[in-house]
Amino acid sequence: MENPRYWRLKKQRYGLVGEVCPHCESKIFPPRDVCPECGSEARTEFTFSGKGKVYSYTVMRDAPAGYEQNAPYTVAIVALDEGPMVTAQLTDLGEEKVQIGMPVEMVTRKLREDVEKKGILVYGYKFRPVMRASN
Amino acid sequence: MSDIVIAGIGQIPVGEHYTIGLREMGVRALVQALHDSGDLKPDALYIGNLLSSMISHQSNLGALFTDYARLGGIESYTAEAAGASGAAALRLGVLAIRSGQANTVAVLGVEKWSDLVRSEAEAAIMQEMDYDYESIPGLTSTGQAGLIMQRYLNDYDLPPDALNGFAMLAHANGAHNPCSIFKNQVSPESYARSGMLCDPLNMYDGATYADGAAALVLTRRDLLPKNFPHPVIRVSGSAASSDSLSWHDRHEPMAFNAAARAVSSAAEHAGILPGQVSLFELDDPFSIYAALTLEACGLADRGKAWQMARDGEFAIHGRLPILTMGGCLARGNPIGAKGIYQVAEAVTQLRGAAGANQVTNARSALTLSLGGPASTAIAHVLERE
Ligand SMILES: [Zn+2]
Repeated sequence: MENPRYWRLKKQRYGLVGEVCPHCESKIFPPRDVCPECGSEARTEFTFSGKGKVYSYTVMRDAPAGYEQNAPYTVAIVALDEGPMVTAQLTDLGEEKVQIGMPVEMVTRKLREDVEKKGILVYGYKFRPVMRASN
Repeated sequence: MSDIVIAGIGQIPVGEHYTIGLREMGVRALVQALHDSGDLKPDALYIGNLLSSMISHQSNLGALFTDYARLGGIESYTAEAAGASGAAALRLGVLAIRSGQANTVAVLGVEKWSDLVRSEAEAAIMQEMDYDYESIPGLTSTGQAGLIMQRYLNDYDLPPDALNGFAMLAHANGAHNPCSIFKNQVSPESYARSGMLCDPLNMYDGATYADGAAALVLTRRDLLPKNFPHPVIRVSGSAASSDSLSWHDRHEPMAFNAAARAVSSAAEHAGILPGQVSLFELDDPFSIYAALTLEACGLADRGKAWQMARDGEFAIHGRLPILTMGGCLARGNPIGAKGIYQVAEAVTQLRGAAGANQVTNARSALTLSLGGPASTAIAHVLERE
């Protein structure tokens, strides 16, 4: 990944920062400045809670270049509590079997090795199972 | 205005062509198609391709192929729409003739895949998704189809082998296609034993990416040479539609809305209903995409396409034959070229030249190419005079 691109997307990848539409209150991720619901301009920043539920998941066995060290790994679509869905790896699964509907929360982890030799290890959001209420 | 007809087709076998490169593959398909058309002289060449700039380090394919196929001086450039690139190039050709800008157009779909090792090639094709928000988290196109299949099986409470009917019918048909990679049959047992690619999607649910080149020659009906040796096949409908690039941005993730829109407007343009065609060359880079396409187009009830595939309704002699020459699952998936293979296969059916795979009395065909999970969808209707 190119240096300027890496820095440009930092807020999204580290902080799950999106937007909220001032007209219809829709929460937007990733930011796109045009509300996908009502079509109005939407440039107000909004930081997501990082909580959500698994909408679907799969296991990546043939990893693309840069991701081989983690393979096999689980990728999920997470429906965020505020509305939008994001694609992200699941982590810290331990013995837990992934299920649709499982509650998850955001953490920051290394995503990719420096395959392009640009001096950049890509970090960003992953999701882990929410700790059980037994505590 | 005169009708647009497909006068010539050409295709090289899909596979791993280590001894020939992008340009040789493309030129071979073009030369075949021009010869098949009775040596018509095109005044434009449109090319469908996705990966040449990454895998072959080659852009400006218009100049390359007009030069190497000795089509000197004509208008030529590439259309890119991920897996629908070939169909996009065809649509450019149809629009060029319909507008009066061209009389005869050559269309080439070409993809060189096999020059990279697997992990690098997987990384190259990731660019057809949302790079920042799907590819960077480590998802591939196959992984995306795994996510969609998982949700489909969950929503309809289906067993993991529910979709096996698609691989079985595709391989049954591909066995008789001289251009297909796979000639083997698939049984429920071999499907169940198959290794996982991206769970629950197994090796029979995901088409093998491969090299390929196929070409068409389009012309106006009144410009066909005297003694034209083939039945006349008209392009009677053409339409394209788009949906969100990212699958996670869909309100109805299981609805292939772009596929539904492209198919219904191409069919309306042709004045027929999608269910009335003799055959449907739909797009099956993954078996789940075939199921969702049939359901989106109203050709199967939601959550039921898998059952109809198992019941033989989409086989050569079934109610609506699909993937009649093996589709991506058995022919192989030549990515940006696949849209032209689909149309060449449909023309072969409509000419009555499909041999063991011939659909009885084939009069009309629907073709549909998808870029990503129906992020782009491009449909055509072909009819025999
Ligand atoms: Zn809004």
